[in-house]
Amino acid sequence: MGLGEFLFLLTGLKWTVALSAIGFVCGSVGGLAIALLRTSGVRGLERLAAGYIALFQGTPLLMQLFVVYYGLALIGLHLSAWVAVSIGFTLHASAYLGEIWRGSIDAVPRGQTEAASALNLKYTSRMKDVVLPQAIRISLPATIGFLVQLIKGTSLASIVGFTELARAGNIVSNQIFEPLLVFGIVGILYFLMCWPLSLYGSHLENRLAVASR
Amino acid sequence: MTTHASIANAATTDPMIVMADVEKWYGGFKALSDINLSVRRGEKIVLCGPSGSGKSTLIRCINHLEAYQKGEIRVGGTRLGDDSRTIDAIRREVGMVFQHFNLFPHMTVLQNCMLAPMRAAKMSRSEAEATARRLLDRVRILEQADKYPAQLSGGQQQRVAIARALCMRPSVMLFDEPTSALDPEMVKEVLDTMIGLAEEGMTMICVTHEMGFARQVADRVIFMAGGTIVEEAPPDAFFTQPRHERTRKFLGEILRPH
Repeated sequence: MGLGEFLFLLTGLKWTVALSAIGFVCGSVGGLAIALLRTSGVRGLERLAAGYIALFQGTPLLMQLFVVYYGLALIGLHLSAWVAVSIGFTLHASAYLGEIWRGSIDAVPRGQTEAASALNLKYTSRMKDVVLPQAIRISLPATIGFLVQLIKGTSLASIVGFTELARAGNIVSNQIFEPLLVFGIVGILYFLMCWPLSLYGSHLENRLAVASR
Repeated sequence: MTTHASIANAATTDPMIVMADVEKWYGGFKALSDINLSVRRGEKIVLCGPSGSGKSTLIRCINHLEAYQKGEIRVGGTRLGDDSRTIDAIRREVGMVFQHFNLFPHMTVLQNCMLAPMRAAKMSRSEAEATARRLLDRVRILEQADKYPAQLSGGQQQRVAIARALCMRPSVMLFDEPTSALDPEMVKEVLDTMIGLAEEGMTMICVTHEMGFARQVADRVIFMAGGTIVEEAPPDAFFTQPRHERTRKFLGEILRPH
């Protein structure tokens, strides 16, 4: 494999990172909204959020990407593969992060909200100043775990023609007929992204376990 | 002259808190029934009773941590409804201290005390900090201002919680078993703080089994059982001549030497 092929893989890697980042950042905004709706105490909103989470957790990511890519085209919205997969990953990440953070918000002791209410803090301040800072800490290991899943999940974007790392590997492999070498390198590149994150996640988990003792 | 005197008199006897025929349900379970209670400005009430008797529920209704279903609660003339306007008005007047302190663990002691004054009372940062430092000094814990709650003992945490509530300048303080979660050697420092507060004229309702505190501080002791008020009397009468059998039984159990 020549330098040209390897650089092509790195270009794919760049798009994998970009797609993961977009999915994670936009998914965080969506996930926060879902988590807040899910814990709002307003039954209609809670059901809506629960339904959204159930839908995206109960169907394969690949199918979600297909639906966004082909489905939006069907209703006349012709989006580039780039925009379509970004939307798909954002919707997907919103559901998972929403559920993770819902659990973390529920894990903050009730007494915290009660003390904040007794001090006459309103909903926005109770959430922003009291509940969410604690919930985010609790959620960090699971959030990082999901980020790792998301990075690996971006390989599915190759199916709808988005040239990220996995598809770049496929292209190179078809050119130089050395699939084992090429996908070996692709695998190593994924591993180098995901493994440090996983280590960091379990490090945080241990630190949390010590802190709560 | 006479009119003046009677107006002044009316003002001082004007009740700070009134609960009239209050009922509270959890689904099909009636947690409070026929609660009638009037607390004058500056009065100190001790609420006691077996666990599950509704005493915590009663004080949690006063600042709407729990909603009530029937009757009426008034604090300083405002009738407590389910709307945010009256809840806001009443929570401005009422401070609360909890059994498990409920300090915010991710904030320092000083930040714990400054949050609500800045967010809810719209104080400036410098004003909030000055208030917080003054009140932390009053509960004799100013030197711990930059520590996190987890670095303090239970007694210290509870004194911070008292200071935090006082920073909102409440006219009533509710105490929900403030010493029940404390190691015995830390009970006194918290009770001393509460006694100090009582001596300064704060209106207080304390759910507690500290009968020494009740004798020393309370104007009235109220005994609850099964969600109702069974007996209320000044501490002397309450401890020496309880009228009801259930009160006698309860006192017999908690005053029995261990």
